[in-house]
Amino acid sequence: MQTLKFVKKEVPPYVKGSVATPAGAVHRVASDWSRADTWGMIKSRIGAFRMNYSVTPGLYAVGDPTKDSDVFVTANYKLTFDTLRRELKDMNAWVLVLDTKSINVWCAAGKGTFGTDELIKRITEAKLDTVVAHRRLILPQLGAVGVNASAVQKKTGFRVSFGPVEARDIPAYVRAGYKKTPGMSLIRFSMLDRLILTPMEINPAMKKFPWVAAGILLVFGLQPSGLLFRPAWAGGLPFLVLALIAVLDGALLTPVLLPYVPFRSFAIKGWVVGVLSTFLAVQYMDIGSSNAQNMILLIVAYILFPALSSYIALQFTGSTTFTGMSGVKKELKIGIPLYIGAAGISLVLMIVFKLKEWGFVRNTLRT
Amino acid sequence: MGVRKKYLANVATLQYSSDKCTGCGRCVEVCPQGVFAMRDKRAAITDKDLCMECGACALNCEFGAITVNSGVGCAAAIINGMITGSEPSCGCGDTATGCCG
Repeated sequence: MQTLKFVKKEVPPYVKGSVATPAGAVHRVASDWSRADTWGMIKSRIGAFRMNYSVTPGLYAVGDPTKDSDVFVTANYKLTFDTLRRELKDMNAWVLVLDTKSINVWCAAGKGTFGTDELIKRITEAKLDTVVAHRRLILPQLGAVGVNASAVQKKTGFRVSFGPVEARDIPAYVRAGYKKTPGMSLIRFSMLDRLILTPMEINPAMKKFPWVAAGILLVFGLQPSGLLFRPAWAGGLPFLVLALIAVLDGALLTPVLLPYVPFRSFAIKGWVVGVLSTFLAVQYMDIGSSNAQNMILLIVAYILFPALSSYIALQFTGSTTFTGMSGVKKELKIGIPLYIGAAGISLVLMIVFKLKEWGFVRNTLRT
Repeated sequence: MGVRKKYLANVATLQYSSDKCTGCGRCVEVCPQGVFAMRDKRAAITDKDLCMECGACALNCEFGAITVNSGVGCAAAIINGMITGSEPSCGCGDTATGCCG
């Protein structure tokens, strides 16, 4: 009754039968994606449930693997697992899934959950030494951030090879006799790669947007006679639009155009895009005419919104493939005081604007 | 701009002592930015500014030839670390932060 342990009440739909091994029955998984798998991929990309999209850790089979078949190690984020089993189509292989708390290989390796200890534990639990006769493991290259290959070999006897960065290169890698071309070792970060990541930049920023919008409407709507809707809307609308543009500048435009925006600093990239789009946007808006009060608003717009775009663009460092901690720390050290300064100056200018609007201060700023 | 993208210049904390290198090639195998290349049976750094401090090379160099101050290059995590006074760490898995693609 050894096999019963593996047969859960609810077998996931991608499991198609099982393969008998000396260590018990192992679930066989399909290589083709079902509609549910595709829908799950879309939902996790837009952030609907990405934090709990997982596969039960352990050993799986693709095709009809034998004791001589390759063992591929992966994370239990379902999108990662799905990508691997799709690329292993028409191959016979074992897949060892580590418990990475439903996080992709690279991030999990950075955290240590895709790590040396977890790998050793799963090799032992799956009794991998009885399932296969060889002692080779193929890991995704980005797992090297968390897995010490020589420690794994000392503990388990399995020799770790770090395969290609991308699962799609696995068939070519295997055909070439487990040799990577230089291209297989490098991370590509194409415009499409960056575009795919932007919903996860836009979503968190937009969650805060209602507060920003409320703040803007409050500032413009506040009058000596109370909170009035008409000035709130008429005065606040251009700022609402500018704020929305700044969010899209930082979370969408800068990431997508990343290599084409000058400067290496993400803060400066975001600021440049912010200044340009603020400049374009105010051409179509009723701020910045000759009147001194509007001049204040125009100055606030140029101080505040590029800074907002810059700050949001800086967040994208967490999603890129080439930014390091030392660089981001340097950017923050210089950036944060500037952001606070920009917010402070904007606040002071808005107070001056309101006082002038209410007629408490005469137009002394006219030049 | 080519395949490999560069971040800020002269900030990477990567240190490599070639006298400890045995030429096993592990660093070339694990670096996703192509920082290392084999030259005369030893590893050599091609361009330090390409390094993103992921730490894969240092962890997998059996001979201690490589050190790097690795960590998450994520602004949100570093800001959190500054506020709480702890090491920067991604929020992935614990809460629904947007960090980590």
